[in-house]
Amino acid sequence: MKTMLNSALKSAVVALSLLCLPVVAHAQDALESITKAGVLKVAVPQDFPPFGSVGPDMKPRGYDIDMAELIAKGLGVKTELVPVTSANRIPYLTTGKVDLVISSLGKNPDREKVIDFSLPYAPFYNGVFGPEGLSISGPEQLAGKVVGVTRGSIEDLELTKVAPATADVKRYEDNNGTISAFLSGQVELVATGNVVAAAILEKNPPKKPLLKFLIKNSPNYVGINKGETALTEKVNAIITAARADGSLDAISKTWLGAPLPASF
Amino acid sequence: MAYQFDFSSLSGYGDLLAKGAGLTVSLTVVGGLAGVAIGIAGAWARSRPVPVLAPVVAAYVEVIRNTPFLVQLFFLFFGLPALGIKLGEFQAAALAMVVNLGAYSTEIIRAGVQSIPRGQIEAAMSLAMTPLQIFRHVVLIPALKKIWPALSSQVVIVMLGSSVCSQIAAEELTFAANFIQSRNFRAFEVYFVVTALYLALSILLRWLLSRLGQALFERRRHG
Repeated sequence: MKTMLNSALKSAVVALSLLCLPVVAHAQDALESITKAGVLKVAVPQDFPPFGSVGPDMKPRGYDIDMAELIAKGLGVKTELVPVTSANRIPYLTTGKVDLVISSLGKNPDREKVIDFSLPYAPFYNGVFGPEGLSISGPEQLAGKVVGVTRGSIEDLELTKVAPATADVKRYEDNNGTISAFLSGQVELVATGNVVAAAILEKNPPKKPLLKFLIKNSPNYVGINKGETALTEKVNAIITAARADGSLDAISKTWLGAPLPASF
Repeated sequence: MAYQFDFSSLSGYGDLLAKGAGLTVSLTVVGGLAGVAIGIAGAWARSRPVPVLAPVVAAYVEVIRNTPFLVQLFFLFFGLPALGIKLGEFQAAALAMVVNLGAYSTEIIRAGVQSIPRGQIEAAMSLAMTPLQIFRHVVLIPALKKIWPALSSQVVIVMLGSSVCSQIAAEELTFAANFIQSRNFRAFEVYFVVTALYLALSILLRWLLSRLGQALFERRRHG
């Protein structure tokens, strides 16, 4: 039984390495072939608003889609959007089905072994949010304040580490409870993700959750195949230019309801 | 595959569980006392042909008995601040339990009140007792005695129902369980212990209520 399993495992490894072969074969200059084809194939999410979702017109829309258009414009080509899931977005890139992954992709050492990353293009963080006029710039200032958070979330774990003992942390069952507690005034501040804050802002409530300070920052990057230096440099140049001329800020305001954070 | 129990993962959370159980008990004491008091007043109001009061109490009973406790709790906690009434999580939870038990106990006590024979009341009237004296001695005490087991059960149900107060961040026993579970990921052990605690609290509460019933009613029969 064990040997059978072993041999099955071996054949699986062989099959997987065969699947990886096209990656090596693909390693020509991607920038050149994109320019030649006049089309930039981009892996985008379609199940992760506000980064990527299907709009009422059945077309994909969101931060990542606008970002894909911005890069294509910078390259002077058209886009071809390829919907992916979070599980298959990297394989789509490494097998050459797409040229870029713009799919709310965070950077981590495991991923860096497989693909390259551009400069960050979208803020993805959690922090403490509160209404205008309340001056809080760090965890130590939470002393005596009532802060709502979703129990067991990453914000809860991080906030518990940094909040002073006199901060009154109220833990709700889910994001809706946390949001309701904030909007109804049961808590002064909430610790949550910027995407959740954007979802609240979208409803245009009388009390707007504005970022007071960051807890944990893990921005999104464009994923590019390893060794595509020319393409990476070009994408980075487009992102830098977009940050300088305010067009990236505009995308952030459209989809996240807030400009890029100062520390971005 | 056999599950490996690891109750040592709960060490260090004893305080939190004790605090949680303490809050569950406080909520139950407040909810039970005030709820039954409202029930007695409600049953009195419904048993008299008062033009305005009886329908108002009837509406209260029907609204509360036909809506979920959790929704009532959210209404008080998340809804009322919009009207400028901000209740903390303990106040909201206690109020929700009082209002809830008040409606149920109104109906339970009313059933007891209705079971008092007409002749018994007429006998009291012929003795020139005041309406309040009649209600207290001739109607309420015998009525409570009859429905005491049902009322006790309802109080226990409300105590167990307080577990949903964790939803508004009231840090009672279930909140403690959920919190610990989100930190050590040992759901089975945590809920095992909390189930045992709830069971112990229920048994204790039933015993106390049955002793209270004996003290209130048995002596009177002979006295």
